[in-house]
Amino acid sequence: MTTMTLDAGTTAPAATEQPEQDAVNTNTRVSETVGHPLCDDAKLSMRNVNVFYGETQAIHDVSLDIGRNEVVAMIGPSGCGKSTFLRCINRMNDTIESCRVEGDLTLDGEPIYGPKVDVVPLRARVGMVFQKPNPFPKTIYENVAYGPKIHGIASRRAELDEIVENSLRRAGLWNEVKDRLDKPGTGLSGGQQQRLCIARAIAVSPEVILMDEPCSALDPIATARIEELIDELRENYTIAIVTHSMQQAARVSQRTAYFHLGHLVEVNDTETVFTNPEHELTEAYITGRFG
Amino acid sequence: MTDLSQAQVRERIEQSLARRHRKEKLFRGLGIASIAFGVLAVLVLFTDIISKGSGAFVQTAVQLEVTYDAAELGIDTVDEESLTWANFTGVVREALRERFPDVSGRSEKRELYSLVSTGAPFTLRDRLAANPELLGKTEKVWFAADDDVDTFYKSLDDSAGGFRGRTSERMAGWVEQLAESGELKKRFNTTFFTNGDSREPEQAGIRAALVGSLLTLLVTLALSFPIGVAAAIYLEEFAPRNRWTDLIEVNINNLAAVPSIVFGLLGLAIFINFFELPRSAPLVGGLVLTLMTLPTIIISSRAALKSVPPSIREAAMGMGASRMQVVLHHVLPLAMPGMLTGAIIGMAQALGETAPLLMIGMVAFIVDVPGGVTDPATVLPVQIFLWADSPERAFVEKTSAAIMVLLSVLIVMNASAVWLRKKLERRW
Repeated sequence: MTTMTLDAGTTAPAATEQPEQDAVNTNTRVSETVGHPLCDDAKLSMRNVNVFYGETQAIHDVSLDIGRNEVVAMIGPSGCGKSTFLRCINRMNDTIESCRVEGDLTLDGEPIYGPKVDVVPLRARVGMVFQKPNPFPKTIYENVAYGPKIHGIASRRAELDEIVENSLRRAGLWNEVKDRLDKPGTGLSGGQQQRLCIARAIAVSPEVILMDEPCSALDPIATARIEELIDELRENYTIAIVTHSMQQAARVSQRTAYFHLGHLVEVNDTETVFTNPEHELTEAYITGRFG
Repeated sequence: MTDLSQAQVRERIEQSLARRHRKEKLFRGLGIASIAFGVLAVLVLFTDIISKGSGAFVQTAVQLEVTYDAAELGIDTVDEESLTWANFTGVVREALRERFPDVSGRSEKRELYSLVSTGAPFTLRDRLAANPELLGKTEKVWFAADDDVDTFYKSLDDSAGGFRGRTSERMAGWVEQLAESGELKKRFNTTFFTNGDSREPEQAGIRAALVGSLLTLLVTLALSFPIGVAAAIYLEEFAPRNRWTDLIEVNINNLAAVPSIVFGLLGLAIFINFFELPRSAPLVGGLVLTLMTLPTIIISSRAALKSVPPSIREAAMGMGASRMQVVLHHVLPLAMPGMLTGAIIGMAQALGETAPLLMIGMVAFIVDVPGGVTDPATVLPVQIFLWADSPERAFVEKTSAAIMVLLSVLIVMNASAVWLRKKLERRW
């Protein structure tokens, strides 16, 4: 994959070298991203994204590309804006009234924001898995069938059955639940619930899957299963994952983006980020000096 | 800060512990005492009402041997027309005179005739209409006793002895005579459940008020539930948060605290005077009670919607469900039990409401059981009010009995609320 750097990134001003105190200062244009935030074959391209909650700015001028069939991990300390940024991609921030998003975000070159964009088909193309497993209080079957049903993907029952089975298989849950599809999804264990949510998300064949700390509520065994699953899903989907676990980022992603106080500090190949970070903030974070 | 040894610290903890335990005991004691007080109040209320009202469910009846004498009745054949003017009163009086042949004199006779209810001739008419072949024959018929006799006879069992009231010495003697020979008995008071209101206590029943209440509540429910839920959904799920919605919210909360009689005045001015809807009708009553119940339903529905976890909304939205689909498929089913509970509480309030209904004429004396929402009707609480206001002694037990009926309807409604909530509640 060929990568290039942001124009401004090559001339990073001295302010970024300063620790946090200066980085918060929004008056100086700090935090020009170092590394390789852009790529040629971008599935998702975000340019100069600013996000405001009322008067407070949560994201400062972030530009990032996510390539086709690539897993990009977003890491950073709590409150750094990585979840906010993720939720911009499928416009989940729309529901927060005070939230305002600026910048150019495109999916396959088509704008994500704009007066003519309908969020319903957008969210069908960009699926999401949340931090806490949140299956609907309905049966396992209905959970997975819900997306195909509302989008009119399956017209016959047999088709729907097939979609449900395939989605559950791909989420690695089929063998565990095939005999109890009519039981409530909320009765499953935490890890199973999260895989059910993944099955639900992929049932509408999205192009991108956003994962917001999908394993933070799970035990290590369930986490390992989900990580395996992410690796398998990469063949067909583009994945952006927010995680607090650096090991997880290292295991599942090809590129890693480090966010700090609303700024995108560094984007590089995952290996580079964890072995030889360019930015000293990144280094401080991955070596555990704060976070 | 002084340094304390571990032993000293432990000692201080011991000391404070005793105090804390004492306080806890006191607190629990207070809680138990207040619950005991509440239970006691309910018990006193119920025993009082039940002891006073249970008598209304039985009725004293007098057996007389009547002869359907064509001459006395003044008819030749039994048909609809002849039945309307046949002299059944004469037949009843004749039967009474035959039972007590030694009664003479006007005032004595008047007392004799007042042993049975003034409704006795209608009992006879109904019997003859049902069996025309009875004309010219003789049979024994049970008649409802007059309310004074009824009150006197029921009070005979009391430790205080018989309550005489308007029953004279002579009448009391007759009653005892009839009772000894088995011609006087207490029977289940079906009249109470089949009749409407009446000036005569022994003929007064709760049916008209019960049906009126149910019709009124039906109108209220049919209007206030959909309107209330729709308003709550819009305010909670769709409306932007701005000055206007804040204003609306404040007003809804204010409306919930407006005295109910104000709604009655409003109903009188708008529904009756302006729209010229019929007076005393369950339709208007229902409309007025809708105005009164709406704030309750809106507030409780909004609370139910708020309690739906946001993760469910996010999950549905993340799947690409439209706002409408999020609400209809996910939020509403989860909020429904709470909304229904709120609605039933509102309905229970409406059931017991009297003041606004007085304003729209539902306090009128109405004998007929209403057949529809535009027929004149009264409702249970107003019926209680009317009976409590009546001078006849026999209305005392009727009042309590009507309260019992009202409470039963309330208990049924609240029980169904609990049942519905249990049935619809889903875990998430």
